Amino acid sequence: MVATLTRIFGVHNLALAEDVVQDAFCRALKVWKFRGVPADPSAWLMAVAKNRALDVLRRERTARTFAPELGLLLNSEWTVAPLVEELFGPNAIKDDQLRVMFSCCHPSLAEESQVALILHILCGFSVGETASAFVSSHSAIEKRISRAKKVLAESKRLFDLSNANDFASRLSAVQRALYLLFNEGYHGASQETAVRADLCQEALRLTQLLLAHPLGATPATNALAALICFGAARLPARVDASGNLNSLFHQDRSQWDQRLVNEGLKFLANSASGLELTEYHVEAAIAAIHASASRAEDTDWGTIVSLYNTLITIRPSPIVAFNRAIAIAQHEGPERGLEEMLAIRDKDRLSTYPFYPAALGELELRQGNYNLAREHFREALSLGRNPMERRFLKQRLAACGTGDS
Amino acid sequence: MSEFLYIYRGPEAARSPEAAQQALQKWMAWLKELSEKGHLKDSGHPLELNSKLVQGKRKTIVDGPFAEAKDLICGYTLVEARDLQQAAELAKGCPILEVEGEVEVRPILQL
Repeated sequence: MVATLTRIFGVHNLALAEDVVQDAFCRALKVWKFRGVPADPSAWLMAVAKNRALDVLRRERTARTFAPELGLLLNSEWTVAPLVEELFGPNAIKDDQLRVMFSCCHPSLAEESQVALILHILCGFSVGETASAFVSSHSAIEKRISRAKKVLAESKRLFDLSNANDFASRLSAVQRALYLLFNEGYHGASQETAVRADLCQEALRLTQLLLAHPLGATPATNALAALICFGAARLPARVDASGNLNSLFHQDRSQWDQRLVNEGLKFLANSASGLELTEYHVEAAIAAIHASASRAEDTDWGTIVSLYNTLITIRPSPIVAFNRAIAIAQHEGPERGLEEMLAIRDKDRLSTYPFYPAALGELELRQGNYNLAREHFREALSLGRNPMERRFLKQRLAACGTGDS
Repeated sequence: MSEFLYIYRGPEAARSPEAAQQALQKWMAWLKELSEKGHLKDSGHPLELNSKLVQGKRKTIVDGPFAEAKDLICGYTLVEARDLQQAAELAKGCPILEVEGEVEVRPILQL
């Protein structure tokens, strides 16, 4: 809704668009108190926002300039109503969301600002919710968002989707932002919970929006969609009935959402064209191998190791190296895994990541070195970021027993 | 059974979107309860706070609002009850009381 109103009012009037939405929402709540919530609240809200947009345009068109690209059409009483009607149509709304998404990924904004802005404007997250999605303070996120909005406002117009060159050069930033959004939901370091299904769903929704655009439906976008689907499919099993975190090895795989796995396989097949091999392709391929093993023991670790070898050349990072070491441990035994773990370059960047010492503990445990394993798990426990992680790590610590045998 | 008008006065805006949503839930639950017990005649409407007052024989029109925000009438509901006492008892469930608003209960004059 904010996206559509921003399209009409112009990106420099983002605050006005947000006010109109806020106002529509407040009015709706007041009326619903007495009259009950209508069958389709979002359609109702859209209608209210549309009327309010018309009010604002009529009242303020002498005082403000609205979207310059819509120009005179907004100024004439003959054209303004049909135009607003058209801009609120379902296809126009989708395009508006894409325009805002591309605008949010402005090259002068840091990646985390882009993602925060997308969450705030396109997914309707409040500042507080955005802050908790990023494990950041309210005031820090507020600053980040208001700075980002300023950058957006200075650009005067929303991103033009029809220019194929601009589209292509901004696309990778958009994909990256969606990838980060998904990751934040899947591996998020939130205080309360380790999994934020709502973030994952928003990432999937926005990626599908991107896929629906002829210029957006590249092999890399398909690979990204596949990756998100495979991850989302595993969400129901990631946390068990009593709220405990389950590692990939211990998940009840019958709980995986088979529909999403199939969707993912479809996207993965669509991604296999063109010459470019992106990190999304490789990560999706790894996720597909996990998704197609009905038992953890059936996993094809050899292929996974070679995919990680590819991934680490495309996008080297301590986390990729860490995951590669785990795959090697599975494939070639805990001793080789430990070697790889200790050989990770920049491994000090994992020093606050509880799963690094936890993995060391796991591998020592498998070799029967209970004392060492306990030490690693204790360190991991001290780094745990939410109750779920800490419960999980306590349970692993307990698995080491008390004696050394 | 007689009819009564609930006249709501109170702070109009919720402090946060979350509080507004909670208020919505409470109001709906309360009106539903009145309705299920057969006391709800018309759930009524919320009112805008801007107003005009038309006064006197000279019919002058004055722009409102005329009271402090907290004393403004912000909505009404028509209920049925045995007597004024019961109507007032029923009004105790109104969520507006939790945000320091008030409910005026007025019997509809009947012949």
